[in-house]
Amino acid sequence: MDFELLYGIVKIILIATTPLVFAGIGELVTEKSGVLNLGVEGMMLVGAVTAFVTLVITGNYILAFTFSILSGVIMSSLFAFLVLILMSNQIATGLALTIFGIGLSSMIGKNYIGTPIEGLSPWFFVIFSFVIVFFISYFFYKTKAGLILRAVGESHNSAHALGYGVLKIRFCSIIFGGAMCALAGSYMSICYAPMWQENMTAGRGWIALALVVFATWKPGRILIGAYIFGGVSILQMNFQAWGLSLPGQFFNMAPYLATLIVLVLISSNKLRVKLSAPASLTIPFFKGR
Amino acid sequence: MIKLYKLLLLSLTFFVFSLGSAYADPKKVGFIYIGPPGDHGWTYMHDVGRKHMQSQLGDAVTSTYIENVPENADAVRAIRKLASSGHDLIFTTSFNYMDQTLEVAKEFPNVKFEHATGYKRADNVSTYSARFYEGRTISGHIAGHMTKTNTIGYIASFPIPEVVRGINAFYLAASKVNPDIKIKIIWAFTWYDPGKEADAANTLINQGADILVQHTDTFAPCQAAEKAGVLAFGQASNQEEFCPNAHLTAIEDIWGPYYAARAQAVVDGTWSSEDTWDGMAEGMVVMSPYNTKLMPASLIQEAINMEVAIKDGKLHSFEGPIYNQAGELMVAEGEVADDGMLAGMNWYVQGIDGELPQ
Repeated sequence: MDFELLYGIVKIILIATTPLVFAGIGELVTEKSGVLNLGVEGMMLVGAVTAFVTLVITGNYILAFTFSILSGVIMSSLFAFLVLILMSNQIATGLALTIFGIGLSSMIGKNYIGTPIEGLSPWFFVIFSFVIVFFISYFFYKTKAGLILRAVGESHNSAHALGYGVLKIRFCSIIFGGAMCALAGSYMSICYAPMWQENMTAGRGWIALALVVFATWKPGRILIGAYIFGGVSILQMNFQAWGLSLPGQFFNMAPYLATLIVLVLISSNKLRVKLSAPASLTIPFFKGR
Repeated sequence: MIKLYKLLLLSLTFFVFSLGSAYADPKKVGFIYIGPPGDHGWTYMHDVGRKHMQSQLGDAVTSTYIENVPENADAVRAIRKLASSGHDLIFTTSFNYMDQTLEVAKEFPNVKFEHATGYKRADNVSTYSARFYEGRTISGHIAGHMTKTNTIGYIASFPIPEVVRGINAFYLAASKVNPDIKIKIIWAFTWYDPGKEADAANTLINQGADILVQHTDTFAPCQAAEKAGVLAFGQASNQEEFCPNAHLTAIEDIWGPYYAARAQAVVDGTWSSEDTWDGMAEGMVVMSPYNTKLMPASLIQEAINMEVAIKDGKLHSFEGPIYNQAGELMVAEGEVADDGMLAGMNWYVQGIDGELPQ
């Protein structure tokens, strides 16, 4: 195999996988603090449409990404308010956030579908996705603040007893997750496939959620999981184009199959899940007690 | 979950709507769309057709649509929703709505149904489709002349006869003018995923394709071609504004006149179950303006001549001899493939590498 071809394949894999890394690492931080936010897909879509519309109106890429991240912050603040202050059910609220995001993004983008824009080079974001994963990894395991965040996710009562603001820390984690999801979305509508189309994330938010489990809540493994996922889906396309008579459906299914297998594997090893899954995940925190 | 929410909202809308129009007598025409009308591809053209029908018939009809209906049990609910809310005529505009359409049609014998690109009919279910493959023949001819690497990238959606027919028609025409041509096919197993379509496009370009053909619904492949400096054919609608330096031409689906005629038949009470399969001759398949910046004038003239020949019936996309991959003679010399063979086409013609996923 010649080098040019290989280089091209690696490039396509990098471009295709980056949104999964962003959304995955964002959700991981949220879950580490003990909150499960199923609104990833919705926040990605709102982020994507906000970036796109801002770019069409202002022509400014920096503004587009800023507003997009802001939209993620707003969406996730809404979620945080509902689950932290009003203590609504996290699963139901997260699903509602996704449904809301799909509808809202369609509404905002209605008049912008098919507006041509100048796409942005993805490479800054590809590199940034690696940087952010290493940063989060460092933050979790080498800083006190990271330790506190993890403690909140493991045992919020203990953290509270030690005087840490559980709700404040969870709020920040949720907002970080929202911002990263929006960034993933804006990357999709500005760099990856520069356009706005309804539902254009096409389920990548759900894949990001699966990745967090796949990664057993470890930042570095988000990268590994995302690249296995992205790699398999791009490689199967290459196999098809080479005319290898392999069943395409199988390769299309392979990433999901891989996630499923890992889910089964880690759930059979109870200790491992216990060690890595935040113990307070989805459990609401009552300050009064 | 999402669809359920949408349906609830829609049913409420229909309820209010039906209250308001209880005394008026326009015929209600409903459409089921697989994507959003803004996809600038398949669904977009159906919506253009719907609007054309509306403008032709004026107050005689009202029309509604449900977008983003998946090709599963949700489709049954969506179609039933239209049928039970007083619609007289319902168009279901994707191949895999076939069984769902028939299922609902059985429950509502007084409602007329029209299923796009399918082959199962009933007393109140018609089918209609366009001979897009006629356009693929012209695209193939152009690609055969324009390729420099002799490699064409083809982004396919699902292995159904409609798509396979397009690939075969394209390859037959391309290999006729350029016997060395190779066609690389990626099955995306989706109609609609801009990211995946872009991945497939970039993969094909990376493997040496210098012309892209797509049978998926968004303009992502065309955009990828523009960025990489290769050529592409648009899909379903004219996509030149998204890729002015890549877009050679596109096959446009013109549904409006058909929708207007069928709705008129319902208004007049003359509707009957039919199978319509129209092509260039009837104006259901139209080629977008050929790109004069990219194509030599002589080639454009050839393409126009082919259009005329197809319309006159002098040129057929599947003229024998045609062999399948195993080398068996499928269409004998001097004959053309009949509609039965075309409608059920599930084999590649000789010369295409790779196995057709079943």
